[in-house]
Amino acid sequence: MDYFAQQLINGLVLGSIYGLIAIGYTMVYGIVGMINFAHGDIFMIGGFIALISFLILVSLGLTAIPVILLIVLLVSMAITALYGWTIERIAYRPLRHSFRLAPMLSAIGMSFILSNFSQVSQGARVKPVPPIITGGYTLHQGAGGFAVQLSNVQIVVVVSTVVLLAMFTWLVSRTRLGRDMRACEQDQTMASLLGVDVDRTISMTFVIGAALAAVAGMMYLLYYGLVDFFMGFVAGIKAFTAAVLGGIGSLPGAMLGGLAIGLIETFWSAYFSVEYKDVAAFSILIVVLIFMPTGLLGRPEVEKV
Amino acid sequence: MSVTPPASHTSPPSGSAFILKKALISALVALVLFSLMIGIRTEAGNQGGLIYWTRFGDLATMVGLVFGGSIIVELLRQWFGPVDTDRIVPKPVRRAMSFAGGLVAPALLVFALFVPVIFYDQRYILDLAILVLTYVMLGWGLNVVVGLAGLLDLGYVAFYAVGAYSYALLATDFGLSFWVCLPLAGILAACWGVLLGFPVLRLRGDYLAIVTLAFGEIIRLVITNWQSLTGGPNGVSGIPRPTLFGIPLDNSDDGLAAKLGIEFSPTHRLVFLFYLILAMALLTNWVTIRLRRLPIGRAWEALREDEVACRALGINTTTTKLTAFATGAMFGGLAGAFFATRQGFISPESFTFQESALVLAIVVLGGMGSQLGVALAAVAMIGGFELFRGFDQYRMLVFGIAMVLLMIWRPRGLVGHRAPTVYLERSQAISSDLVKEGHG
Amino acid sequence: MSDAPILTVEHLMMRFGGIVAVNDLSFTAERRKITALIGPNGAGKTTVFNCITGFYRPSGGAIRLNRDDGRTIQLERLNDFRIAKQANVARTFQNIRLFPGMTALENLMVAQHNALMRASGLTLLGLLGVPSWRSAERSAIELARTWLKRIGLLERADDAAGNLPYGDQRRLEIARAMCTEPTLLCLDEPAAGLNARESGALNELLLSIRAEQGTSILLIEHDMSVVMEISDHVVVMDYGVKIAEGAPQAVRDDPKVIAAYLGADEEEAIAVMEKAN
Repeated sequence: MDYFAQQLINGLVLGSIYGLIAIGYTMVYGIVGMINFAHGDIFMIGGFIALISFLILVSLGLTAIPVILLIVLLVSMAITALYGWTIERIAYRPLRHSFRLAPMLSAIGMSFILSNFSQVSQGARVKPVPPIITGGYTLHQGAGGFAVQLSNVQIVVVVSTVVLLAMFTWLVSRTRLGRDMRACEQDQTMASLLGVDVDRTISMTFVIGAALAAVAGMMYLLYYGLVDFFMGFVAGIKAFTAAVLGGIGSLPGAMLGGLAIGLIETFWSAYFSVEYKDVAAFSILIVVLIFMPTGLLGRPEVEKV
Repeated sequence: MSVTPPASHTSPPSGSAFILKKALISALVALVLFSLMIGIRTEAGNQGGLIYWTRFGDLATMVGLVFGGSIIVELLRQWFGPVDTDRIVPKPVRRAMSFAGGLVAPALLVFALFVPVIFYDQRYILDLAILVLTYVMLGWGLNVVVGLAGLLDLGYVAFYAVGAYSYALLATDFGLSFWVCLPLAGILAACWGVLLGFPVLRLRGDYLAIVTLAFGEIIRLVITNWQSLTGGPNGVSGIPRPTLFGIPLDNSDDGLAAKLGIEFSPTHRLVFLFYLILAMALLTNWVTIRLRRLPIGRAWEALREDEVACRALGINTTTTKLTAFATGAMFGGLAGAFFATRQGFISPESFTFQESALVLAIVVLGGMGSQLGVALAAVAMIGGFELFRGFDQYRMLVFGIAMVLLMIWRPRGLVGHRAPTVYLERSQAISSDLVKEGHG
Repeated sequence: MSDAPILTVEHLMMRFGGIVAVNDLSFTAERRKITALIGPNGAGKTTVFNCITGFYRPSGGAIRLNRDDGRTIQLERLNDFRIAKQANVARTFQNIRLFPGMTALENLMVAQHNALMRASGLTLLGLLGVPSWRSAERSAIELARTWLKRIGLLERADDAAGNLPYGDQRRLEIARAMCTEPTLLCLDEPAAGLNARESGALNELLLSIRAEQGTSILLIEHDMSVVMEISDHVVVMDYGVKIAEGAPQAVRDDPKVIAAYLGADEEEAIAVMEKAN
């Protein structure tokens, strides 16, 4: 029972990270109808930027952990958001009216560019960091010596996720930008005729998605203590699975899907096999798309003939 | 009365001030983007920690390059006009070009036939030629799925892997000869294509793409982890080399060299492999061209153009998609079998998503549906890759950049037209602008 | 050859979520006759079409097709391509769905896919180039050629369908549907965007199809000149229900119909009509 509880905690934490990435996928798909294959690599870039900023701050002599974390968060969100903006401008915007395959291939190309860029610029080896946030709480001391633990890192991850999610939900439902985004999702032409700056709205969508992915990257770094240039690929597919599971185009769905995937992956590796955990995640993607393509919270589409 | 969007009132801005401003902004963006990734270099230190050093020189160079490159791009853009206006080519020039274009294919074929003769003792070139032809065959195989039927398949490497591993296991575990294993591998791959295709082919566009990607990855993960069957990360080795109908190509007494009374040379096997893959590729090509003229091939292309219209005409689009998928899978599997026998050893590392992306890039670069285009694209891509030998790290980076640039500048690929499969009077090439791309 | 109506629609209902697009619609289309389905925009006509041709699955009701050999097929249970294949129902689309990257001839060849697939022995015989396949292909090209001639596009047979002018594309779509040799031809606004001369040619084409092929025609149309000239029977819809049915003249003078098109009350329409008389 304790083992189960621990896996539950672990799964929710992992799921929060996936959820943050999934939001980026679902937002972009909702507004421009494309799967941003490079989004997983944005997550990876976010992790790298967090790593490097952290290194610099520490070597500059800063020791107050919360201050460091805050600065790292802001810096990595800002720079990664710029990556997202640049990618949209260079690789996607020119192709917005091109045929279906073009933005997808461009995105795949962009994904290769990002992952190999980080490999070339930072070397292919995995970059480990010593634990930045340490300590935690023992929730329950089990009889057989197993203790259910909740580490501080885990708390930080979940709290950050909740805060960001709240901010983001407020953004989408209350602000002008959020309204514009929802309008563009429904009908771009009409939105532009009504004065919405479609280009800017789409750019902002990518920017926000990238910023959230950057947070996910930083959380990943804090939680697992390492980044490597290939982590974007697999995480990307899993996060996309989460977005689809939750219902593509639905923001709470993306978070829900993320938590679900995190839990499934954690429980699968805990109770079945670690080697095949990725297979489990990918299989879910296939199963969901075949049997439940609108996901848990999505809206069914009827094709107009 | 239809509403047209408001026309822009200003012509695109020009002038050196504008170019300079744009270049400055690009350089600034590049500075921020590259500040940490290039400016600082981290590495796992010897004591297990993380060390870093600065590379501000490199950073400055990159920013400078972006600045200069931005200026050049702007100048080019103003010189040549917007990307999609075609330049007016006079008709006699165009006709001469299409006449010359008709000669390219036969010339290339003749050249291919004589490559082993021309480059007899240059193992490196023969090896490269064999590699190129393998990718040409893969490209032609994927072309059936993506180019003709318009199904976005991002997991083609799965069939390549199934073919290779089926061949390897059949040959090593059951000791069957090459000529038995080869068609078996193809059939197994085709069956796998049907199995895979059946549940997923009703998905559209991007969804189909990512599901096929997921399948490709699942195959790779299963191969990597199912040690007892596939040898896991160590792969399968000791795959027997092909024989010329039972006559081995080595220097033994009943080898081909001895039989023909000529001196044995390891090049013999290479030459044999070359002609083998050439024959297989040409078979793929011939079958595809024939199928295009048959109702099934026409249905594939109609499917790509408009699936709803196909259904309204009574065409069972599910079986049509399945046949395209299975045919492409079969060719991929055959190519995989060849790959296994050529290498003598296979491992999961050869079957990554990058392979799928590479073959897809070849098909798209070639101008989907065009046989000649795909062949030329394979030569260009694989040849280009070879040039980067020794710069492996930069290879994929350049590949990614090439893909993005290709999509922006020439998304329709090298060959900009489609040839109709039946005509009353004359066969007129149809411009790519009219041909629909696939929606899945 | 029976004389039963070709198509019987009974209490057809189509719901999209909370919206009822078609509500309890019943009508019949007679054999070898032209039946028109008219009504203001948004009345649900294309929805009815999509139900008949299997692109939507009806939420309720029955659609019965009576074949020439006496058998009836329940269309509400079949999906789109099966209806086209088994029930020999062909259709065109409101927004022209040709294959733009293929030539006019190729478009007509695709229409004969099922017959040609049988003749090619599921491709096998075709691959081998067997004579029976070759002659089947030749007769398919001949059928395509006769239709191209009939719609006046023989000279443009090898041109890309996407390059043809609008009116030609409309006619090509009809010819393509006819190449499937259907018993029921469903046309969704075939005269949309055609000028007076072109819609006159369309009328001739449809009348000749009815006369020579004996095909029953069901058409949605807004162009009243087409409806009045060629239809034998008219069904009028508004807000998803049938509001009138009968001969063209009768329907034209029906105050309910006039009210629906004018967006006015029925009483107002009657008042205006009485004043005019």
